Amino acid sequence: MAGIPSRHKSLFLLAGVIILQVLLLAVQIKRDSQGRLIRVWTVGAVSPFEKGGAYTVGHIRDVWRHYFALRDTAKENERLKRENDQLKLQITQLQGRAAEADRLATLLDFRQAHKDVPMLSARVIGASADSASQTIYLDRGERDGIKRNMGVITPDGVVGKVIEAYANTTQVLLLTDKESGVGAMLADSRIQSPVGGTGEPLLSMKYVPTDDTVNVGDAVVTSGKDRIFPADLPVGTVVESRPGNPFRQIRIRPAARLERLEEVIVLLSLHPLDLRKSSDTYGQQGPAATASGSVTEERGAVRP
Amino acid sequence: MNDTFEYRGGTAHIEVHKFRSGSIVFVTLVALVIQAFVPVYFAKSAILDLPLLITVYFGLSRRNPSTGLLLGMVIGLLQDSLSGPTVPLGLYGISNTVIGYLASSIGARLDTEHPAARFALTGIFFCVHQGIIVLIRRLLLAQPEPWFTAHLAIAAGINAVAAVVLFLLLDRLRKTP
Repeated sequence: MAGIPSRHKSLFLLAGVIILQVLLLAVQIKRDSQGRLIRVWTVGAVSPFEKGGAYTVGHIRDVWRHYFALRDTAKENERLKRENDQLKLQITQLQGRAAEADRLATLLDFRQAHKDVPMLSARVIGASADSASQTIYLDRGERDGIKRNMGVITPDGVVGKVIEAYANTTQVLLLTDKESGVGAMLADSRIQSPVGGTGEPLLSMKYVPTDDTVNVGDAVVTSGKDRIFPADLPVGTVVESRPGNPFRQIRIRPAARLERLEEVIVLLSLHPLDLRKSSDTYGQQGPAATASGSVTEERGAVRP
Repeated sequence: MNDTFEYRGGTAHIEVHKFRSGSIVFVTLVALVIQAFVPVYFAKSAILDLPLLITVYFGLSRRNPSTGLLLGMVIGLLQDSLSGPTVPLGLYGISNTVIGYLASSIGARLDTEHPAARFALTGIFFCVHQGIIVLIRRLLLAQPEPWFTAHLAIAAGINAVAAVVLFLLLDRLRKTP
């Protein structure tokens, strides 16, 4: 109090003593639901500075983050983009594997439903080098028991027939090729007629008289007359039926998805097969039924 | 402290009184004991505020604001300490501090030796003292105390009369020059 005039010293002392006692009071007084008065005062006195400090710090932090730290943000963005691309790739791979697992499960189901029929699973490894012919290559060959003119199917339906069997690979002529054909019939009316390819995605049923009734949506199955495919295998569905002279012009959508084949089944027999009895069992289970067991094992030959 | 000196605050010649050693402490303690003890047997005696009267007397006599306010603070805090739970430490402390300061300041400017002056000043100080207490109770303690009552007026008068008598007794503790 050296700088304070002596006549004011007592006044300052009075103020100091009163303030001290007010603080003493505040320490003791407890307001309902607000705690001690000293706490209320302290919080009330400090909170504006805290708010101001928090606002200032937050503002500075925002400015730093949004303007000065963009370099790190850009790096992080690039890293996240790379990570996103990798994850997308992984998802695609996993989706592919899941689809493959589904397909293999369907094949497995089909084969288990036809245990008495000699057949062999094979993977499609290539397609024809020209657009004029509709062929595919399989990863199985003569060493696995495949021979020319054996039938190739999927659980969905007929695919085609073997036109060349090499030691380890096989060339298959798809049903959609112009040179391809299969003995078929309408599933309901049992009207028989060969079905051949046209070089286009749709097949053609060639020799059905105009007088016969063929409706769009009718199912077409194998007749077994060609001695390659057993009877009653799905060939396709009628999508167009127009009267012609003298035969109807019938277009059929293949039952097997020939444009996206990945695994197929080769029927390892040149003799007529009967799938009817076993296909009833398969039909009850349905193609989507899951199968247990190793796919690798299942892809091993089921020989006669 | 045993000397007297002249205070020239204007035209008046004011004498600062000194007391026998230990007398202030002794009187203060006796006043507090009486204030706390007697109402047990004579409830109406609580109307007397002896610590306040002691504060006023020594403030007027010593005529040093710093000493007066510090003495008022000590007496007030002691009175708070002896009071019930509804009186927090500092309630009478603040009030007596202000009264001690005012009494010392006024005592330094006016001749307060006359009984009439003592009566009037004590009555005023009592009212100011109560006003400060009500103010603190209202603002800090959130207790709705009335600013003025008939009881307060009677108490002011009784304390003023008591002060005239008490101050005469306390004058005997002064050191003679």
